[in-house]
Amino acid sequence: MAEAATSPAAPVGERRTGRHVVRTLVVAYVAVLVVLPVGVLVWRAFAPGLGAFVDAVTDPLSVHAFWVTAEVALISVALTTVFGTVAAFLIARSGLPGMRLLDALLGLPVSVSPIVVGLALILVYGSTGWFGGALESAGIQVIMSVPGMVLATMFVSMPLVTRAVVPVLVARGTDQEQAAESLGASAAVRFWRITLPGIRTALVTGVVLALARSIGEYGAVLVVSGNVQGQTETATLRVDTLYQTLLQPDAAYAVTFVLVAVAILTIVATSLLRRSQGGTR
Amino acid sequence: MSIQVRGLTKRFGSFVALDDVDVTVRSGTLTALLGPSGGGKTTLLRVIAGLEQPDAGTVVIDDRDATRVPARRRDVGFVFQHYAPFGHLSVARNVAFGLEIRRRPKAETAARVDELLHLVHLEAFADRLPSELSGGQRQRMALARALAVEPKVLLLDEPFGALDATVRKELRQWLRRLHDEVHVTTVFVTHDQAEALEVADEIVVVNGGRVEQVGAPDGIYDRPANEFVMRFLGPTTSLGGRMVRPHDVEVLRSAEPGAVAAEVGSLRRVGFEARLDARVVGSGDVVEVLGSRSDPALRDLRPGDQVWLRAVGPTVDALPITEEETVVGVSGAEGGLDEPATLDVAASPRASVRGGVPA
Repeated sequence: MAEAATSPAAPVGERRTGRHVVRTLVVAYVAVLVVLPVGVLVWRAFAPGLGAFVDAVTDPLSVHAFWVTAEVALISVALTTVFGTVAAFLIARSGLPGMRLLDALLGLPVSVSPIVVGLALILVYGSTGWFGGALESAGIQVIMSVPGMVLATMFVSMPLVTRAVVPVLVARGTDQEQAAESLGASAAVRFWRITLPGIRTALVTGVVLALARSIGEYGAVLVVSGNVQGQTETATLRVDTLYQTLLQPDAAYAVTFVLVAVAILTIVATSLLRRSQGGTR
Repeated sequence: MSIQVRGLTKRFGSFVALDDVDVTVRSGTLTALLGPSGGGKTTLLRVIAGLEQPDAGTVVIDDRDATRVPARRRDVGFVFQHYAPFGHLSVARNVAFGLEIRRRPKAETAARVDELLHLVHLEAFADRLPSELSGGQRQRMALARALAVEPKVLLLDEPFGALDATVRKELRQWLRRLHDEVHVTTVFVTHDQAEALEVADEIVVVNGGRVEQVGAPDGIYDRPANEFVMRFLGPTTSLGGRMVRPHDVEVLRSAEPGAVAAEVGSLRRVGFEARLDARVVGSGDVVEVLGSRSDPALRDLRPGDQVWLRAVGPTVDALPITEEETVVGVSGAEGGLDEPATLDVAASPRASVRGGVPA
């Protein structure tokens, strides 16, 4: 947090005091809710020593959990990016009836508990669900395997992409695309050279949020994955297993630290990316 | 590169934006589509550009039926009302866009961009982003971008609408000079009659989805086809059931053929003008007369004096209109100082008065 420059227009002591109070409150809030818990976590992760940390993190089951998280997160973020962008275009530009409803439905996972999402998916894709039986006899297992976990993750992360992109698409309008069209640009050229650069920052923001959500998702994935160690256990589920079931809190802290580090790296990467884009919103 | 529009009809739901419109734009001219907001002029421009599909009718550009040709193949330059700059590209890249997607050689593109930036006086701004330009500069950038691909026709939607008054007047004259230099067939949309009268070779008056009149600016001003055109080109008043411009009413001190007896209501000085309200004897209609403050006919008039009024300019059939309606100019034609003045009026020919054309 950079110290806000004191404006020369506000030399009055009263205002300065007020500002100090607000600043102190915000700093205290952040300290109590974010810095302190994360700090303690980092401390606890390394308290047993670096060797114990490395052991916990390189435990085959933990490593497997990291890979499962990576697999699920990357697949769902890739799909969410594509489908989220398409959905955003439909909502903002298609002018088709029912787009407001689609927007509301896509936003549902934000307001509904992830557990509900997981249960809903089981009802449809579980072996006794609507499609589940048919899919299973076709050799595709959705629930208790990666496809179901990807579905659940996409479900909860898609609105993060659409909610970031739709307002920008709406605010931009289609003037630039029409100008490009009258200059001879085909639909593909218009999309790649005009629309995409225009929504790039919003899209990157949405995708990063979706990635963070995908890595951190717990509830929906817990329900659909079955949480089988060494098979469908993601890193977040692994933390829970280590902490609650195996009673190895230190190992749980170590795995958690890796998740926190990834999150921080993501944030740093995004801000670097934004800075390199310069003034393009 | 002429444009022929025949029988063009375009509906948006139940709203008829264009109703069987015929327009011909001659090659190399600068034509204004003039009319009130919602009258269909922008829709007409967008149909010509291919950005809107007509429900009926044809658009012929350069003797080729373009009705079903997609916008990107029409060779039409379009400048949007708000210029639609590509916000993520520099001024030079904006101008180069049409050439880049045509994969012209880099050197050729660069030379053409330089030439165009020079033409629109933006050489110094080539590396700026559009957000770093003023409204007028953005306008000129959009114009250069549209001209870069050497379009057969150039279409401008309210080119000066989003600019402040001073810049607007400058750019108006600049556009006229540019057109004299570049000679591309140009059509622009405006709701400002002064802009159309000053800049255009030809004016198409559009209202309610129909063409009211087509002609040269002077022709339209001197021979308005109907009540609407006359009202749209400036303030009007009514005299003996005919619509006439307030500055085309002659004030006489004695009865003469064709003159109507009236009684002076008030005389006010408004800036360099003298404004007389007179009540026609018998009907009681109030006639507004606009003259120079130095007009001898208006000298020494007092409320209650008897005068005779006669139309000396173009008139059109009109129902008697009320006083509030006498000023119809779209951009608030009144303007000027609104202070009452004494009747101190010196001599000068009233022909010099061209009141009623608001800036």
